[in-house]
Amino acid sequence: MREPLSDTVISLKPSGIRKFFDIVNEMDDAISLGVGEPDFDTPWHIRDEGIYTLEKGKTFYTSNSGLKELRVEICNYLKRRYDLEYDPMGEVLVTVGGSEAIDLGLRAMINPGDEVLIPQPSYVSYEPCTILAGGKPVIINLKAENEFRLTKEELLEAITPKTKILVLPFPNNPTGAIMEKKDLEAIAGVIIEKDLYVISDEIYSELTYGRDHVSIASLPGMRERTILINGFSKAFAMTGWRLGYACGPKKILEQMTKIHQFAIMCAPTNSQYAGIDALKNSDDDVAEMRETYNGRRRYLMHAFKELGLDCFEPYGAFYVFPCIKEFGMTSEEFATRLLEEEKVAVVPGTAFGACGEGFLRISYAYSLEDLKKAMEHISAFIGRLRANK
Amino acid sequence: MREKILTFIEKNSRIDLKDLAIMLGVDEVAVANELEAMEAERIICGYHTLIDWDKTTQEKVSALIEVKVTPQRGQGFDSIAERIYNYAEVESVYLISGGYDLLVTIDGKSLREVSQFVSDKLSTLDQVLSTATHFILKRYKDHGTIFGEKKEDKRMKML
Repeated sequence: MREPLSDTVISLKPSGIRKFFDIVNEMDDAISLGVGEPDFDTPWHIRDEGIYTLEKGKTFYTSNSGLKELRVEICNYLKRRYDLEYDPMGEVLVTVGGSEAIDLGLRAMINPGDEVLIPQPSYVSYEPCTILAGGKPVIINLKAENEFRLTKEELLEAITPKTKILVLPFPNNPTGAIMEKKDLEAIAGVIIEKDLYVISDEIYSELTYGRDHVSIASLPGMRERTILINGFSKAFAMTGWRLGYACGPKKILEQMTKIHQFAIMCAPTNSQYAGIDALKNSDDDVAEMRETYNGRRRYLMHAFKELGLDCFEPYGAFYVFPCIKEFGMTSEEFATRLLEEEKVAVVPGTAFGACGEGFLRISYAYSLEDLKKAMEHISAFIGRLRANK
Repeated sequence: MREKILTFIEKNSRIDLKDLAIMLGVDEVAVANELEAMEAERIICGYHTLIDWDKTTQEKVSALIEVKVTPQRGQGFDSIAERIYNYAEVESVYLISGGYDLLVTIDGKSLREVSQFVSDKLSTLDQVLSTATHFILKRYKDHGTIFGEKKEDKRMKML
């Protein structure tokens, strides 16, 4: 029998971390700080809207780009929150989560051999999606000393004549880093000068603390070269609804919609109706969740400081990214031993790129009680490691 | 800062003072001082425990009573409300807009005890014109908290 699989697919590196994840998911008594989704339920009024539209039988396909009312609300929301202006007719596409939008953006823009700049540590899908689209991923290793922000120098150094796209994943999973306006302004000049496009994954935009989120698309000259990606998962605690969107220049969005039309048809109708309600009526819910996350973030930062564990203060998402280099073991060794000895699960930084070595991703999408319990165990573990040095 | 402290402790009055200060990003002494000041100003009126008595062996009956009264010159509803809320059996008293005047909630050990309170004490007050008593059969949610089973974390442990 001949080989059933595509060479490209086989060439994709399987996530080395999968094995570790499987062990954790099998352990019933593990205390996990490994989850990348909100611990809040979707606000009831949004779920209620979902139920109501099912009862009313609104269960048919929508237009490929999504319900018009939802696209209009997306535009209203982006204007209200981030001062961005998009035309719901042609510049907005509703997708199955932000992940689909990332894939579509890359597929619509990449020609064979085009280089795509991917700052890491970052979400795991950018690299494989780039390869599947025929592009060449070029990794930019972000540094702890820059608080894992992308600098102009790092960007310039990575650019070659083949560079076409920069993926900009901020607020960042796994580091919690954000790019403030001044940071974005510093790189925007380079992007324009080198004629690059940006895929800006802003899925965590509602979760910044003490600093307002700024979209790179709002800077002068950037709107026409940015695909803005956002969604409902993190802002409204709607991960399982699988609802996201992309906004950008009509020329690119048209082609993304074409792929979406053939591959997906449309995002789930039920989720789209719920999404309209989410955008219109959730400001208070979002503010409350943000305040709660912020309290936990401060708690963890304080706990790490007391432990004497090196950790830069993250201002976004719901992760902290402490450094464990002092213990002289790899992130995966550390995480595995922490799991075996204390039954606490955290994600090794290397799950998000090689430069995550020496770091751990710790999620605070957990109650204060859970965090305190986990920190007691982590503290005991670290105490033993230091004592045995 | 007051509103933020209140938001946190409204849901969890047992939160450790140190944790509360850390989560608010302020000094522990400052939080303690604010709490003390708010207690003195009766902004914070107490720290209660939310109990689902149905899960205990203690018999308990609660009722909502709609009360129509004659307000008094110069005092409005305040003096009659005071007459009512001073009874130990009375859990809460609200002045209500609409079809009646006062909403009174009563806790008692048995139906009889509650009924007796209404017929002997409440209805016989001079200013009380009429009462309508509604016994509570089941408490689903109280103080923003849903009674029933403990919530489980349904998420994948790692994703």
